[in-house]
Amino acid sequence: MPPDPLANGQTPAVELRGIDKRFGTVHANRAVDLTVQRGHIHGLIGENGAGKSTLMSILYGFYTADAGEIRIGGVPVSIAESKDAIEAGIEMVHQHFMLVETMTVLENVILGAEGGALLSRHLPAARDRLKTFSRDYGLDVDPDAIVGDLPVGAQQRVEILKALYRGAEILILDEPTGVLTPQEATDLFRILAALRTQGKTVILVTHKLREIMAITDRVSVMRAGQMVGHRDTSATSPEELGELMIGRKLANRLDKAPVRIGAVAMDVSGLSVRDAMGVERVKNVSFTLRQGEIVGIAGVSGNGQNELMEALAGMRRFAAGTVRLGEADITPARPLAPDALRALGMAHVPEDRLRTGLLPSFAARESAILGYHNDPAYGRGPLLDWGVIDRHTATLMQRYEVKPPLPKLRGSLFSGGNQQKLIMAREMERDPKVLMVGQPTRGVDIGGIDFIHRQLVAMRDRGCAVLLVSVELDEILRLSDRILVMFDGRIVGDLLPEAADERQLGLMMAGAN
Amino acid sequence: MDIIDQLPSLLAATIRVAVPLVLAAFAGLFSERAGVVDIGLEGKMLAGAFAGAAVSSITGNVWLGMLAAVALAAVLGALHGFVCISQKGNQVVSGLAINIMVSGLTMTLGLAWFHQGGQTPPLPPSARFSEVIFPGTALLSGIPFLGAIYGRVIGGQNILVYPTFLMVPLAWWVLYKTRFGLRIRAVGESPAAVDTAGVPVVRLRYAATIIAGVLCGVAGAYIATAQGAGFVRDMTGGRGYLALAALVLGKWKPWNTLWSCLLFAALDAVAIRLQGVVIPGVGPVPVEFVQSVPYIMTIVLLAGFVGRAIPPKASGYPYVKER
Amino acid sequence: MSGTSLKLPWWVDYALLPLLNLSLALLVAGLVILSTGEDPIEAVTAMVQGALGSGEGIGYTLYYATDMIFTGLAVAVAFHCGLFNIGAEGQAYLGGLGLTLVCLYLDWLPFWLVFPLAMLAAAAFGAAYAALPAWLQAKRGSHIVITTIMLNFIAYALMEWLLVNVLIKPGQMSPETRAFAPNAQLPSMQRLLGGLGIEIAQTPLNIAFLVALVCMVLVWVLIWHTRWGYGVRVVGASPRAAVYAGIAPGRRIIQAMVLSGALSAGVALNEVMGAQHKLLVNFPGGYGFTGIAVALMGRNHPAGVLISAVLFGALYQGGAELSFDMPTISSYLIVALQGLVILFTGGLALMLRPALVRLFGRA
Repeated sequence: MPPDPLANGQTPAVELRGIDKRFGTVHANRAVDLTVQRGHIHGLIGENGAGKSTLMSILYGFYTADAGEIRIGGVPVSIAESKDAIEAGIEMVHQHFMLVETMTVLENVILGAEGGALLSRHLPAARDRLKTFSRDYGLDVDPDAIVGDLPVGAQQRVEILKALYRGAEILILDEPTGVLTPQEATDLFRILAALRTQGKTVILVTHKLREIMAITDRVSVMRAGQMVGHRDTSATSPEELGELMIGRKLANRLDKAPVRIGAVAMDVSGLSVRDAMGVERVKNVSFTLRQGEIVGIAGVSGNGQNELMEALAGMRRFAAGTVRLGEADITPARPLAPDALRALGMAHVPEDRLRTGLLPSFAARESAILGYHNDPAYGRGPLLDWGVIDRHTATLMQRYEVKPPLPKLRGSLFSGGNQQKLIMAREMERDPKVLMVGQPTRGVDIGGIDFIHRQLVAMRDRGCAVLLVSVELDEILRLSDRILVMFDGRIVGDLLPEAADERQLGLMMAGAN
Repeated sequence: MDIIDQLPSLLAATIRVAVPLVLAAFAGLFSERAGVVDIGLEGKMLAGAFAGAAVSSITGNVWLGMLAAVALAAVLGALHGFVCISQKGNQVVSGLAINIMVSGLTMTLGLAWFHQGGQTPPLPPSARFSEVIFPGTALLSGIPFLGAIYGRVIGGQNILVYPTFLMVPLAWWVLYKTRFGLRIRAVGESPAAVDTAGVPVVRLRYAATIIAGVLCGVAGAYIATAQGAGFVRDMTGGRGYLALAALVLGKWKPWNTLWSCLLFAALDAVAIRLQGVVIPGVGPVPVEFVQSVPYIMTIVLLAGFVGRAIPPKASGYPYVKER
Repeated sequence: MSGTSLKLPWWVDYALLPLLNLSLALLVAGLVILSTGEDPIEAVTAMVQGALGSGEGIGYTLYYATDMIFTGLAVAVAFHCGLFNIGAEGQAYLGGLGLTLVCLYLDWLPFWLVFPLAMLAAAAFGAAYAALPAWLQAKRGSHIVITTIMLNFIAYALMEWLLVNVLIKPGQMSPETRAFAPNAQLPSMQRLLGGLGIEIAQTPLNIAFLVALVCMVLVWVLIWHTRWGYGVRVVGASPRAAVYAGIAPGRRIIQAMVLSGALSAGVALNEVMGAQHKLLVNFPGGYGFTGIAVALMGRNHPAGVLISAVLFGALYQGGAELSFDMPTISSYLIVALQGLVILFTGGLALMLRPALVRLFGRA
């Protein structure tokens, strides 16, 4: 892919040439080129794991590239650490905020750019500059508030203030709307537009087409570590970008048999879940899950899906409501632990693979019995028979195409897709009545995604009730027989996929109606 | 037992006992606020005590002894930094290793160098830090109570006592009013935030562990060449762990930590005076119990039954850039 | 990517690397010997001779190793559950109290009853003293490193008070109990093997050594081959994964620490009932801390614990002999070496790994 030439001959703000980066065996960036024009909002789009974040981390000096050249304003620069990037006028707003939660907004903003050894001498000036920014860009935050007490949207504004305070000319935002409410996202876009008006350059990293179309001037698309195309936003369409991202026509429907709904497998009514701080994360949720159907829960991450899944899986107490699973009634007064739920035919593929679903530091065979370690088949009485478990794991690995098929290999040495297949194998092979799956294809390569989707449909065809939680709308549309939309802890939509279009779903997920 | 008579000497003893505790606890404060857990305070102090006594004894110059104490303890602080920061090793293991290593090394070297059963030769007054007699002490000594307070509590203390208590506001000022302090506090809470702000995490944390070493060195020199007159086996006697308890009880805040140290020191001073005292009808005062009150208080606090001690968020974890 | 995730042949990770780390510790110790003006080679020869050159030396080596097997296993079990038990010292001390109560007040029972009762009492007291910080960790989130350090000091204070005021043999100055009756003493290995017609040297080595070996096997089975031990290891690796799997982390933390505390109390069995036949002030003598070095060097595996315990036992015995041969070198050198071993095999365990990856690594 040749560098993207600029039509008007102006010196671009950022030029990346032939950037290459490997993490162990993962080739995250392959000879990537990117040119960003000054005063533009430039979109960088790609699926999860396409290499966008790695590329931006290299530009920001969080990682160093194995090969390639970076030019800022036409001048080649060497960016070995964040300090170099900051000196070149580059700032990044990370997906996970880089804030010190116990400190005030002001302290966070000046950190690293204090102006001198004594704070008292520079704080008043800093406070004044903060006020100027608030006025110019509509960035409204109380400088004396403790950051940990602020809502997420305000914390993000602190990050942007930090960047501006350091004199950023080029601002990178990594998936900035993932954690925002729709109102907060609107505010953010208004701020970004104000930045553009003031001549700043913005690179917006996202996997949401809607955002690209709404605000960017130009867009670059990445897929599997490579740059696959550059377009002017006004001259492209979501369909074209989607094609570039995915690499083939969007196959919205999987070939699957018509749904044959059976008896009620799980009935949830009036469920409420509170987090450790006592905040209600799931609010009065009710729905029914029947045998032979896949119910997809769509929503922006952080709208209570995770808490809902954990409560249903017995990992978290719930505050109110009833869950009817087969013949059992589960209430706050009579909770069931995860092992008891498994005995009732519930299986759960958790969202957080590396901390919950498997044990990266253990052999694969030890992850292959996680949650089922009390199964009498695995040994006599209190003992575990590793010979039996070995053979069992080998069978699972063969049947679910886990590679390499080595039961004694440490979990961390498998790729994300193969780790996921091992977890799916463990949870599916007992023919559960209810299968709950969270983010099944996060960090999984394209081939793995297809395999996992087919396995989920096969489960449904065998009469299993599947509850799918995903932030990937494509995935929800592709698999679900019924779609529930979650927003702010509530179910705000219940519709059939045939009746749903992405736009309408997007609006529901953003809490628009 | 007359309280008015006893009080000045009790207060004076409290201050004497508190000095190494305060120094060590503030050593821990700097280290842990920067995100490096330090249970090696004991070992660094002991190393300081040995180096201070040995060099004072050989050169006859107590200030050279102090210099050696500070240098050796700072090197150990840097070693702790190397393990925890550069090698990303377990911080508790590293601290423990330093404690045990120093306990053995000081005795081995002491025995080989001085041939006095591991002790250094007793130091003459000229090779020790001495007390400062304030002007007018003799004049005022006739005044009941106040004279004793002036002569023996405020004045009459060892010369190292005064800089130690000046260090407390200084440490507070550094932590809360300077750029360095802001960065130290930030790196103990969120090293990633510091890193992305373009401030080198590694250098900050090394600075903190070396400061911890320096303060422990001063504490050790105080124990061996001000309070004592030479090195004796394991002469820090668990003060490093007691300082750690004071730091926890002080919730990693400078002033609270100072109060905890003074409280523990006062308990110690009282306990010594209660040795052998018999309460009628009850029997001898269980001094051992009084001495374990600091540890019990710390556990009760950690249990969260009264208040809550929340350590700096990133303390105990090496900084690894996440993918 | 951290160094641990790159693949190396197993023998590099499990044999070569620990051996190199140990060598580094020995190298530094050698430099210390040099600095005292003695010859390190001569010192090593004297130590090996002292530890393994005679039946008596071997007996003492194994006697010291017995304490370290107990505390090494105690630390290792806690490690597997993700806990750093620095309190083995205090737990051993309290274990000594339980054991002593049985040996002092139930010594009218026959040996075959006193022995199991004393063992049970020691284990129960040690376990109870470990259960407290475990409960605080599991239910209140109190950091177990700090609480166990504090509890060590409380144990010293409590035991000193008890020995001076309650348990002391009347009419005696030094704080220790009266000697136990012969049926409340563990038979020495010399007596046991003598009964079988095997002659060995007279040393404090007693049947607590056999108990330690049995414990080693039991811990191996428990941790690696039972469902319970699997649960303990899952909690240690990821408490969230444990919750997901239906394993209650809090319960496992308490159970693992109870086992750890009971194992720590083995020191009392060896020292109080086996060697001294009375309760002395400070009898645990730092073995609780040595256990940390032993567990780290043995990579928390029972077999590794056995090997490193015997090695440390040999160092203790060799060091004691050495101080006779070379008076300028004290047995404190062994304490320093212990610290160095903790440093190099614990804190700096992976320092040499990147170099080994370059040498032996495969993609």
